[in-house]
Amino acid sequence: MGNYHKKLKLKQTLLAYLFLLVPLVVMIVFIYYPIGFGVALSTLKTNLLGEGKFVGLENFKKLFSDKYFWNAFFNSLIYLLVVPPLQLASIILAVLVNAQIRGKHFLRLLMFLPVVTPVSIVALTWRWIFREHGVLNYLLLGTGLVGEPVGFLSDPNIALFSIMFVTMWKGLGYYMMIYLAGLQGIPQDYIDAARIDGAKRWQVFFKVTIPLLKPYIFFCSVMSSIAALNVFGEIYAMTRGGPNHATETIPMFVYNNAFRYFKFGYSSAAATIFSLVVFAFTLLNFRIFKEGGVQSYNG
Amino acid sequence: MGKIKKATWLKLLIYVILICVGILTAGPFYWLVKTSLETSTNVFKYPPSLIPKPVTLENYVGVWEVLELGRYYLNSIIIAGFGTFANVFLALLAAYPMARLNYPGKRFSLLLILIPLMIPVQGTLIVNYLTLRKLHLLNTFAGVIIPQSVSLFGIFLMRQAYLCIPRDLEDAARIDGAGEFYIWWKIMTPLVKPTVITLVLFQTLTWWDSFLWPLIVLSSPSKYPLSVALVYLNSTFQTNFRYTTAGMVLAVIPVILLFLFAQRYIISGITEGAVKY
Repeated sequence: MGNYHKKLKLKQTLLAYLFLLVPLVVMIVFIYYPIGFGVALSTLKTNLLGEGKFVGLENFKKLFSDKYFWNAFFNSLIYLLVVPPLQLASIILAVLVNAQIRGKHFLRLLMFLPVVTPVSIVALTWRWIFREHGVLNYLLLGTGLVGEPVGFLSDPNIALFSIMFVTMWKGLGYYMMIYLAGLQGIPQDYIDAARIDGAKRWQVFFKVTIPLLKPYIFFCSVMSSIAALNVFGEIYAMTRGGPNHATETIPMFVYNNAFRYFKFGYSSAAATIFSLVVFAFTLLNFRIFKEGGVQSYNG
Repeated sequence: MGKIKKATWLKLLIYVILICVGILTAGPFYWLVKTSLETSTNVFKYPPSLIPKPVTLENYVGVWEVLELGRYYLNSIIIAGFGTFANVFLALLAAYPMARLNYPGKRFSLLLILIPLMIPVQGTLIVNYLTLRKLHLLNTFAGVIIPQSVSLFGIFLMRQAYLCIPRDLEDAARIDGAGEFYIWWKIMTPLVKPTVITLVLFQTLTWWDSFLWPLIVLSSPSKYPLSVALVYLNSTFQTNFRYTTAGMVLAVIPVILLFLFAQRYIISGITEGAVKY
């Protein structure tokens, strides 16, 4: 018997190592190595091939006095502070499409269309809608809400918010679907019990539904924070960071410096700082939303 | 009586809100399709009309013949096809030992796969670009696919699926003298088929959508997948926006069809990711 188990373990070990070999090699070369070498690269002054000499923290010093870096940093920060909190509204949408109404499957489908549509197509479509003589300006002028066409993508004060709107528009159905799954996991008894005890609908929503949805809120807020910080396709396809850097976020800044100006060391420094910010935010989300949910109620 | 009335009002309110949101999310698609069916004189007409008149398919012919959309279509299919295959195959390989086998270093291998889930990947773009250059894989499909061939999400999903299979099944096969490889391929993997389908669909959508990485790796526009090509065509042939809209409609149709026919799988993929976190 002991011999059998020994042989089995040997066979399993061999198979396990064989199976893990290729995935781990890919991960080491394209995930672990870049994480480590990216930090090293940010201390180099590089040539076009990405080779260079050690300059210590020179890149970081230069970065901190680069007004375009700070501009991009603040644009990303605004994105982060505006988009994920507003995306919490998907909870309400999920509650509504979870109601006993006819046609809810069709409505869910409509809301999910933007999610499956490639981001570049979403961006080009909205660019067309946002045009000076586009349909949106036509509607706004027609209803008398504005006196002259709005430069949705050409006005530096508005452009970033227009792109944020598109990001939210695309994500709406995704987060709705996740919250819907969360809602359907809440036992109806809990809601009924609260209602019998005399709780109003809004009280049930805030005192029962929201606490039970906490793990989902956590997941969505991690995902939407990361997505907000990573936003690239929308910006590239709609404004390329313009007008006058008004929509240049950190990923756009990194992209431009690395792949347009070929300053690999410099952009790696920006990417390193950026990665730290994203990581810190993920941890923060963990802190805020750790407990709660149906599981913790069931013990 | 008053109670019923209140419920009816509530329902009505829900309908109004949902229909407004539905119009907001579906409206741009209507506008896209409408524009793609218009003639050149109509597109820039002001005020814009709600219905294309006259309806024409000339843009679809144009985008196919003049802008050679077929080539970009093929690029997208190649990238999404091989990319998805690699994602699913490597996920099956990596997930199985972590779910079902005993081997030294099991905890460590789990950790190796867990940690990068927490670390943002955009920091890896630059180094991966330089690595591909050393490997002479820049401007190739392989260069687009290989660095993204391991899907951590996929490994997670498959591991969860393998974990759910009852132990007895495996033991029974072993008593019957089945080898370990046979157990994996002939017994365990067929049982996780629904999850495999979910992953296939999910990765296909992800590849079809991928933008930044192909944009960085590929330097000849003739190799661009649709997502990148449409942005490129749109900025190069500004005046011919009608053609681009037709191309956009053609690029969206497969994903929408895929979604319509496999809604259940795609949604379960999305929501399972959330539950298992």
